[in-house]
Formats: sequence, structure tokens, C-alpha cells
Amino acid sequence: MTRALPALLAFGVVAVPVAAGLLGTLLPAFGVLPAIGADGPSLDPWRRLFAEPGLPRATLLSLATGLGATVLSLLLVALFCAAAHGTRGVARAQALAAPILATPHAALAIGVLFLIAPSGLLLRLVSPWATGLDAPPDVATVNDAWGLALLLGLVVKETPYLLLMTLAALNQIPATRLVAVATSLGQPKPVAWLKVVFPLLYRQIRLPVLAVLAYSVGTVDVALILGPTTPPTLAPLLLRWATSPDLSLLLPASAGALLLLGVALTAIGAWLAAERAVAPLGRAWAASGLGTGAGALRAGATLLPFLLLLACAALVALVLWSVAGPWRFPDALPDRVQADTWTSQAAALATPAANSLSAALLATGLALALAVAALEARARHGAAALPWLLALTPLPLLLPQASFLLGLQTALLTLGLEGGLPAVVLVHLVFVLPYVLLSLSGPYAALDPRLPRVAACLGASPLRVFLAVKLPVLARPLLAVAAVGIAVSIAQYLATLLAGGGRFATLTTEAVTLAAGGDRRVLGVFAVAQAAIPLLAFGAALLLPALLWRDRAALRA
Amino acid sequence: MSGLLLENVRIAIGARPLFPPLSLHVPRGEVATLMGPSGCGKSSLLAFLCGTLDPALSAAGRVSLDGAPLDGLPPERRRVGILFQDDLLFPHLSVGGNLGFGLPPGLSRAERRARIEAALAEAELPGFAERDPATLSGGQRARVALMRALLAEPRALLLDEPFGRLDAALRARFRAFVLGHAAARGLPVLLVTHDPADAAGRVVHLAPDAEPVMP
Repeated sequence: MTRALPALLAFGVVAVPVAAGLLGTLLPAFGVLPAIGADGPSLDPWRRLFAEPGLPRATLLSLATGLGATVLSLLLVALFCAAAHGTRGVARAQALAAPILATPHAALAIGVLFLIAPSGLLLRLVSPWATGLDAPPDVATVNDAWGLALLLGLVVKETPYLLLMTLAALNQIPATRLVAVATSLGQPKPVAWLKVVFPLLYRQIRLPVLAVLAYSVGTVDVALILGPTTPPTLAPLLLRWATSPDLSLLLPASAGALLLLGVALTAIGAWLAAERAVAPLGRAWAASGLGTGAGALRAGATLLPFLLLLACAALVALVLWSVAGPWRFPDALPDRVQADTWTSQAAALATPAANSLSAALLATGLALALAVAALEARARHGAAALPWLLALTPLPLLLPQASFLLGLQTALLTLGLEGGLPAVVLVHLVFVLPYVLLSLSGPYAALDPRLPRVAACLGASPLRVFLAVKLPVLARPLLAVAAVGIAVSIAQYLATLLAGGGRFATLTTEAVTLAAGGDRRVLGVFAVAQAAIPLLAFGAALLLPALLWRDRAALRA
Repeated sequence: MSGLLLENVRIAIGARPLFPPLSLHVPRGEVATLMGPSGCGKSSLLAFLCGTLDPALSAAGRVSLDGAPLDGLPPERRRVGILFQDDLLFPHLSVGGNLGFGLPPGLSRAERRARIEAALAEAELPGFAERDPATLSGGQRARVALMRALLAEPRALLLDEPFGRLDAALRARFRAFVLGHAAARGLPVLLVTHDPADAAGRVVHLAPDAEPVMP
């Protein structure tokens, strides 16, 4: 029992809130929410949901942008990796992708907004000399009814994530030798990569791909910033109801959350069915002799570097607006830079920044402790530590967040836990712990098991083996995983909003709220502050091991 | 009975034994060699003697050291030293930090330093205490690993193919170095290897009981 305790705890910390949230969605969806006097059961919430005029379109938009963003992100990554295999371009793309991965969804979406809006940086760069415009055109380049800006925002954020997951997975595949064999048989390199490496690779990145799909279908913050408004996609529509002063709207919101769950599961089902359909075609193509189309693949491979540059430009746009003085359209740069917005917002930033930091540090600290305990138990006790339970822990990443967070809000409300730091930290853990576990289990498994054995045979107690051997040797991955945890926590919008009951303001909730208003300088300040925390955390995770191990070559590399 | 005594030791994966029941006595100051193909359970046997057997395997039989039973003792209280094919120096500690890792508690600072310096002198590495182990040659690292094991004052020494990674010239010298130091301290030594050239003392062939186990 004690051997299984760490795995049970880690699983429970994720599974209990998710189960409570799903139950808290299910009951109100059928008219049962005693807290607001709904005693059900009834189908009224569903009638109210389906009476919403924009619902079919909202549902289709969620499905289409979610599937579209996933297909495009995976396609861009596959094309790039196929053509750039074995070149220095891979390392360059990796270096560009890392800071984008660290940037929270909301900050990056705001940066994209600053780039592609009618008065955005991109149009300023080509105006008036190429376009003849001296006023922003009256075209909906963001919040467009088709969700194209939303699609772009999702692809900009998810492509770097899939790229980094892919590069990590490639280390576990003899990709270089496979491509060498295939090219020696006469296959052009990009074709060889797609034929022999991609099928092995895809199995390794399947969980991240499905997580991208579920997240994209259910995204709230990116949709609020870049998505359509009349109607919005499904998740923000539900949020509008769930946060309305009219509490009776919680019932159709819950029904909608179940619909969203159905949409996401449909998307995942469609994806898995497509895998089955495509696999035999791919095998037939791979077996069909020498491939052609290398030129087209190389052309397609340029899309990913272009997208990464766009994402970096979005970050630059955030910084520019946060320090911009007067900046008329179509000037490409502000007349002067000034710190006025930062100084005038300093007081307004203080509380949200402190809230963001305390939630991130607490959630990350708890997640690290739980993950290390569970992985340590797995290393010591094997099957008795229930490793299969640990493997199930990341599964909630495959659910759209709103499907259980809306219900969790009502559950927390019923328990009287809503509204403070403890509730926010508990709900952040649902997302932080799976990523911390996934990121740490590789380095933990890669630790030579003979190292702790040697230490024990030299007379060290299990505690001393852990503190004096394992922790120092794992310091670098532990710091990197801590940065991942902080980035995941800082990025949480819906979880913070709902667990905090709207009263726990973080940089993220403030930035998303400000995005609906008009002051770009203030918005820039909040978005830069939001992005700065995880970027600094990743910087520290790179720098500290280099300082700590400056005299230890084996740990520096 | 002095030395290392194994009585009816068996190790199994599930219901399948890795080798026939093994009984063996290695008196103090003597060497025994277990020979066998890879996968026959040699390394698992040494892990069992150290108290660090993989929880997926089960073991039975009695083991005693200088008359005291080892069964049930945690690894850190067995005082059984082990050397592997790789030196497994702790990468975050200096050479001196590695040597001091297993020193008995309660020594004064001066005494600790004196023992480390004496071990470095024996290993022909005087003045290496502050060095990063990653900057040492393979032969130097192997000698530090042996001195680290000996400074923990073991009552028996187990060798898990410890010469396999060294080139031919170094190999003979290091083998003589290890066996010489063990004999000087009167330690019973159990060596496992698949290479007849490494063998010393009494040789026991550890034949796989059932079908060979794939690694």
C-alpha cells in the first residue's frame, strides 16, 4: 500500500478534480443543481442550448478550427523535419521554437493580434508605399467570422510544441541511419524521411498530437482574443453563460460542456479513424519504389521557419506596444519609446503578478514533489508502485478544459472552496502535474540504475542516496521541468477564472480581459509581464546548471 | 565460518529459475570466479548479494558473511563492496568527494582527508582530490572506483565484469591491482565474467537452468 501511495496520490490529484468536474457538468446538464434551486431531472438545459441560434455554427467552428490547427501544425512539422533532416536548420528552428513554447497562449495570441489586425504591424510595414493606405482598412483580419485568425493563432502556438516533441522523439529512433540507408537506395532525402522515419516517429508523438487536438477544439483564451464573436466558437459561448449574473444559464452551459466533450471526442475519433485510413496508403506509397516530389516537399518545408519568425515578430510587437509613445498608422515604428505605460501600470500589475507567481510556484512545487515521489517509488518498487496508474495520469489532457472545469466550478461552489489561492493551485495541478510527470519520467528512467546501487553498497541510506546522488545528478532536468510547470501554470486562463470565481486576478486573466478593450499599450504591458515569467524561468533553468556544474564536465554537456 | 558463504541460492523470474541452486564458499583472502554466458543470472546474483535485486525477480537461499547472515539486511548495512564494468563515479562530486562518500561516519576532518590522500597515493594519483572525475583517463577512473569501494571498509568484494571496458595492456595491470588490494585486506572476492582470461581462483560454471534468457 505505501509503495503504491505516491502513484495513487499523483493519480488522485488529477483524477478526482476531473471526475468531480465531469459529474458537476453531467448533473446540471440534466437540470440538477440544488444550489440554484434546480431539482431536475429535466431536458430543459438541452432545449435552451439548442434554442441558441448560433449553436450549430459555433459547434462547426470549434470542430473545424481544432482539426485544422492540428492537421496544419503536424503537416508543417513533418515537412520541415523531412527536408531539414541532418542540416543546421533543425538546431536553428529548435532555438527559435523554445521561447515560443514558453510563451503563454494568451500573450502569443495578443502578439498575433498586434501583427495581423487591420492596424497591425504587418500592414504598417507595407503601408503606405505598397498599399497606398493611410488609415487602417475596414476588413476583419482578426475575430473574422470564419475563424481564420483563430486558426493562425493556434497554429503559431502548437507548431513549436509539436516540433520540440518531434525533435525529442527523434532521439529515440535511429533516424540518421534509416535515412542513410533509404537515400543509399536512391530515395531523395525528404521522401526517405517521410517513408521510413515518420511512421516510427508518429507513434511517439501521438499523445502530444491528440492533446493539441483536444486543446484546440476547446480553447477559450485564444478564441476570446482572435476568434469569431457572432457566434463565437463553442467554448467561449459556454463561458459567456457560465459567468453570466443569471445563474440559471449554468444549466445550458453544462449541457453545452457535454456537447463540447462530445465534439472533442468526435474529433479524436475522426483523427484515429483517419490514421487507420491513411496508414495503408502510406505503406503502399513507401513500398512503391523510388519516390518523387522532393521539390514540393522542400518548398513546403519553408513554411515552418516562416511561421516561427512570425511568432517571434508577435513577441517583438508585444514589447513594442508596451513601450510605445505616440504611434500613428501607418508608421512602422512608434515616434519614440517610453516607460510611461509601465510606470503608470506598476500598481495595477502588482497584485496580478503576485497572484500569478504564487499560484505557479505552489502548483509547480507540489507537482514536482508528487512526480518525484511517484517516479522514485516506481524506480524502487517496480510493479508494486502501480506504474500503469501513473501512465493514466496525463489522460485528462485529452479532454477539452471547459468540459470538466465548468462542472468543477459548481463542485467547488458546493464545497465552499471557490475563490482563493488554494482552489486555483489545486485546479492548476490538474494541468501542471501531467506535464511535469511526462517531462520528468524520461530523465528519471535514463538515470543509470547502478549509480544508486553503488551508493547503497558504499553504505548510504535510501534517503542519502536520493538526496546526495539522485537529486544532484538530476538537477538539470529537474530545473527544466520546474520551468515547464511554471509555464503551464502561468498559461492557465479558464482554470484560473473558474477556480478563482472571477476574484483571483492573474496576469493571464487580466490580459485576456484587456484584449477586449482598446488600449494596446496597457495590453502590451500585461502580455509582456505574463510572457516574462515563464521566459525567465526557462532562462534560469538553462543558466543555473551551467553555473552549478561549471567544474563538472559530465553534467555540463 | 569466515568469508562469504552461499547456501542453495536460487534466483527466478516468476516460476522460472535462472540457474540451478548454487552453494559456494569463498574464504577470506581468496577469489572465486563465476563463469557463464550473458543472461544466465550472474549480475542478478551479485545484486542479490548486495541486497539490490530487481523487484521483478525473486530469490531464495541463505547468504552469510564471516558467519553473520546477510538475509534481510538493507544494502547499506551489508558492507559488501561492488565494482562494475563502468567505474560509475558520481559525476557531481570531485575525485576526493567520491572517495570520501563511503567513509565511516564520525571521522574527524583531518582523518577523512588523510584516508583520502592515502588512497590517492595507493592509486598512484596523488594530488587528484579536487579533480573533476570526467577529466581522468579510463584507467585512472577505474582505480578511483576501486579505492572508493575499499575506503567504505567492505567485508567482501564483488566484481561484475570489471575489466571488460579496459584495453588489453591496462586490463592485466588493473586486474592485478584489484586482486592485490583485495588479498592485502584479506577480503573474499567473487568475480563474475564471461571471459576466461579474467578468471582467478576457483572457477564455477553457472549454467542456465532452462532455456537461455534473452537479455
